[in-house]
Amino acid sequence: MDVTQLTYLFVGLSFALYIGIAFWSRARSTNDFYVAGKGVNPVANGMATAADWMSAASFISMAGLIAFLGKDGSVYLMGWTGGYVVLALLLAPYLRKFGRFTVPDFIGERYYSKTARLVAVICLIFVSFTYVAGQMRGVGIVFSRFLEVDINIGVIIGMIIVFFYAVLGGMKGITYTQVAQYCVLIFAYLVPAIFISILITGNPFPQLGFGDTLVGTNTYLLDKLDLVSIDLGFAPYTENVKSKIDIFCITAALMFGTAGLPHVIVRFFTVPKVRDARKSAGYALIFIAILYTTAPAVAAFAKINFIDSIQNKSYESSPEWFKNWEDIGLIAWQDKNADGIIQYSSGNAIDGRPQYSDQRGTNGERILTNQIVPSNKNEVYIDRDIMVLANPEIAKLPSWVIALVAAGGLAAALSTAAGLLLVISSSISHDLLKKTFRPNITEKQELFYARSAAAVAIFIAGLFGIYPPAFVAQVVAFAFGLAASTFFPVLFMGIFSKRLNKEGAIAGMISGLLFTLSYIIYFKFLNTQLNNADFWFLSISPEGIGFVGMIINFLVAIIVSTYTKPPPQEVIAMVEDIRQP
Amino acid sequence: MKSSQDSYWKENLRILLFLLLIWFLVSFGFGILLSDWLDQFQLGGFKLGFWFAQQGSIYIFIILIFIYIHLMNKLDKKYFGKDNSEDPN
Repeated sequence: MDVTQLTYLFVGLSFALYIGIAFWSRARSTNDFYVAGKGVNPVANGMATAADWMSAASFISMAGLIAFLGKDGSVYLMGWTGGYVVLALLLAPYLRKFGRFTVPDFIGERYYSKTARLVAVICLIFVSFTYVAGQMRGVGIVFSRFLEVDINIGVIIGMIIVFFYAVLGGMKGITYTQVAQYCVLIFAYLVPAIFISILITGNPFPQLGFGDTLVGTNTYLLDKLDLVSIDLGFAPYTENVKSKIDIFCITAALMFGTAGLPHVIVRFFTVPKVRDARKSAGYALIFIAILYTTAPAVAAFAKINFIDSIQNKSYESSPEWFKNWEDIGLIAWQDKNADGIIQYSSGNAIDGRPQYSDQRGTNGERILTNQIVPSNKNEVYIDRDIMVLANPEIAKLPSWVIALVAAGGLAAALSTAAGLLLVISSSISHDLLKKTFRPNITEKQELFYARSAAAVAIFIAGLFGIYPPAFVAQVVAFAFGLAASTFFPVLFMGIFSKRLNKEGAIAGMISGLLFTLSYIIYFKFLNTQLNNADFWFLSISPEGIGFVGMIINFLVAIIVSTYTKPPPQEVIAMVEDIRQP
Repeated sequence: MKSSQDSYWKENLRILLFLLLIWFLVSFGFGILLSDWLDQFQLGGFKLGFWFAQQGSIYIFIILIFIYIHLMNKLDKKYFGKDNSEDPN
């Protein structure tokens, strides 16, 4: 069987498994639909949380980003794992004790206000849709490259699968499918990583191989990578390029954003007891760390392999994967010095994303209509998103490994998309309808609305996949900034302060959201030419600004609360209650 | 009852503070602010600061959560006895 047939087989089998699980675990009540009946085993919940959490960005994009960022890539590694410490220690056990269905639920009750609940719902929908857009783009990439179908058809297939288990099964269906999806995705991530680690360093553990010597030499992999990077005009791989303050803020925004993400928090509502919520967070982090400690190794291996296999090769003799990815528009080659040989170095080869004409050049490459950037010698455009997907091909691994990676990428994207769609739908049916506008609906009606909202949300998410915005990981990075600057402060203060009142919480959330959002829109959409450290506030990039937004949220909330009247007695009693296990 | 609630909460806060200090030290400290200085030491083929930024901090995060689980279970037992499980709803 060739790669495409194998991919169809693996993807088909995994999809059949997900649908089977969805059917077996369909939801019968709102309690099932929103929080899986609160009966999920903490280890299983840890696995589901890991799959929920690790998205197309973690699986597909992260290692590629690290490969190009070098040491700066650690913002993603520390940010997206360190957030679990914050979540486990400061939020998860208390929110589980609170024991309702959604994150706006907590904010609405703790701040005794429908307005606060409404603001929370708006922030939630904002954050979750930003995030889901990234997932659908990931699904599209995998389908178009490995199954050779149109990106749009790929997205529609993905929508149908998610529709099945999210609408039918609700949280219960999603939880058990996510357990299966975790197994698929982690297996798919580790197999090629172990293969490549053995090939390059002889060490079967990527985490150790990454710090080992290259096979047959006494040179450490990382030292070689530093040398190669300098040779090609890049900064050394193991040194920071971004400013310390920017690295600090991006890491913090990602950490507190992680802790404030509604679709992650909700997972801790599904376990039976407070102590299970703690335990669950610990297991979730173990399952996540298996991938997150492998990713930087994959990044280093991929970078070495990538450079080795194309640098100074003629286009005609370049490897098959180079041409395959060029065909779908994620690699481009502009032969600046017209010698027919690929030269890769620092700098952008072309201006912006590649635009191809219909013709082929003298060497058979696709001709570009982009503005050439003459100030550097780099001839290669490579989309960072493809590094993980192309890695097994670059390392010449057997075709079943390549097919496995496709199934893994889809598992990662679909599991996260489903989790996000669920929190969107439950915030609409539960917080918006049941608790705010239509309090008289029966449980059956609420369940119907929850399913309808999930269906509509899937449809909108699909549109995002068909008309995708920017890079997967970049889009996702903004969702974190928004979560950090809106949710984290009010959740944290809702537990650790008895004084924070509704006026403070509402003012805090709105100012955090507006500040962060306008900063991102200003630099990323309105004035992209100003998007560099000279113009940034305290040289903090839009990716890290969520941390500043979070501090603003804290300050506004505290100041406003000080000058308005304290929360009522029953709210204080509730805070005391959630502090006890 | 009231005072035992208070002292439970105080002990809880002490545990949190202690663990979060380590959390800050290994990530923002060793992984970012002190990372360049730590790079003068080697751990196998890794520069130490680089290792903390891309590997070490993550391992320590896991250990921190499990220490937290252990300390809190002990604390719960001390204040609420063995069977503190609330109703499953």
